Amino acid sequence: MTSSQVSLGIIFVIVAFASVVGILAGMRRKMDLEQWTVGSRGFGMVLLWLLMTGESFTTFTLLGASGWAYSKGAPIYYLLAYCALAYVVSFFILPAIWEHGQRHRMQTQPDFFAKRYGNKWLTAFVALLGLVSLIPYLQLQIKGLGLIVHVASFDGLGRTAAMGIGCAMVTAFVFVGGIRAVAWVGAIKDFLLLGVVLFVGIAIPVLYFGGIGDMFDAVVKAKPEHFVLPGSTSELGHRWFVSTVLLSALSFYMWPHLFPTTYTAKSGETLRRNAILMPLYSLALPCVFLVGFSAIALLPREDAGDLSLLTLVQRSFPAWFLGVVGGAGALTAMVPSATLLLTASTLVTKSIVRALFMPSLDDARLARISRWLIVPLMLISLGLALSGSSTLVALLLLGYSGVAQFFPGVVLGLFWEKVTRVGVFAGMLVGVSLLVVLMLSNNDPCFGLNAGFIALCVNGVVTVAVSLMERRAAGFDPREEQRS
Amino acid sequence: MSEKSPAPVEFKSKRPSLGALLIAGIPFVAMCFSVSLWDRVEPRILGWPFNLVWLIAWTLLTPLVLYCVFLIERPGSGRKPDAGRVEKPMEESP
Repeated sequence: MTSSQVSLGIIFVIVAFASVVGILAGMRRKMDLEQWTVGSRGFGMVLLWLLMTGESFTTFTLLGASGWAYSKGAPIYYLLAYCALAYVVSFFILPAIWEHGQRHRMQTQPDFFAKRYGNKWLTAFVALLGLVSLIPYLQLQIKGLGLIVHVASFDGLGRTAAMGIGCAMVTAFVFVGGIRAVAWVGAIKDFLLLGVVLFVGIAIPVLYFGGIGDMFDAVVKAKPEHFVLPGSTSELGHRWFVSTVLLSALSFYMWPHLFPTTYTAKSGETLRRNAILMPLYSLALPCVFLVGFSAIALLPREDAGDLSLLTLVQRSFPAWFLGVVGGAGALTAMVPSATLLLTASTLVTKSIVRALFMPSLDDARLARISRWLIVPLMLISLGLALSGSSTLVALLLLGYSGVAQFFPGVVLGLFWEKVTRVGVFAGMLVGVSLLVVLMLSNNDPCFGLNAGFIALCVNGVVTVAVSLMERRAAGFDPREEQRS
Repeated sequence: MSEKSPAPVEFKSKRPSLGALLIAGIPFVAMCFSVSLWDRVEPRILGWPFNLVWLIAWTLLTPLVLYCVFLIERPGSGRKPDAGRVEKPMEESP
């Protein structure tokens, strides 16, 4: 057997095993919309933890983080900082989101806006923005999946074919399983990924340098500027770091796919306990950085950053081990993709198609359309992944800037009774427009600040200002005014 | 309920106490706002760059901070988190 057969074979076995587990987990229950999307809201601590870690650690963690550590250096530390801080934010807002989700039987993020602000156009806009932000995230997963299969085949399989195979697997998996399948496959994936990351992160520095300290000695001497901000970039300095960490930490739980995850919890208490423990999971990240840093001394500069981890594993270990890493990596791409797809399709069917065009659509038909919608969504992302050339981190930050625009609407909606629908709508429109202008004019970062962060701040100010003005104009009785 | 635009529902969520928010702010100051103070390679700790060690240390400390917040928020809040409570009237309790 050739090396590529061994590694591809092992990837296939891992993916097939996990899929069977997931599909069996999904099949034992009757699938209606409620079960399919929020698992009947009965997830306790263990399942919830699995689902949440499964969704926050994606192929990006493995490939994108090592890629940036290698090509850009210290700016990747933003990831470590925001991962811990995102859970601090979640400690305060998730229990509140859960409580209202439970009380009003919400299934998606637009449901939240629909209930709180009572306007179908605002709701449809939220669904659309969520969909548009999810696409780069999905594209990132498919791209990662393609890289993995490509390297594991020792360049035998082209990226296009590799991505195509990956997409077919994810689609089949979501089609049959739903969210419960995702939780269980997430468990297998986390276990494998943690093992791989810890092993590779320690083994590669030891193998080539004699130890982690020795590795740092070598690379810090060679490129001292790589290890403090702005690293090997010109524009990612301290202001970028602060704004990007804040943007990502605040908007982490604004992702549309994390709202249904929140609703799957059994209680607000489960979510709080979960938030306390979650930061520990991000300790896997430094191990990934170690691989990227080692690559500085080991790989020629012109190598693509996102490939650095896989290339090093391919050169340093036997083919079967590349297969294990690839299998873990493939699952880390598939599990989140499944969730992203599920969410994206439900956003479209429930909050756009039904709310605006077909109010008579019943839940059963809605669920059926949602399932089928997965196929075109996957094809769109596949097309973008094949044509785009952005790095994985750039794609992730793009999605974050989009979902950040929900933050004022969600948090003020929860904790500030004076916020109005006009305020939220105005804030989001201004925020999104500003974001688009800054991005298209290549002004990210802008004055050293992350463009998404600037848009978020402007959005917040507009939301508050317009809400207060509207209340004043309406003569101090908000409830009467909003009911009319 | 009509399909058009149902009346908005005000969500009354219990606001976190000031103390809890202040304590929760500690990791933000440590890992984010103070970046210019700790962003350097030296002194290296067991060979690791200082800024990386600093972030790892705070990743370990964050669960402890959150546990403190958890303890502060719990007593006196006087509600069962599990009970899906009924919609409360809108009056603000002073």
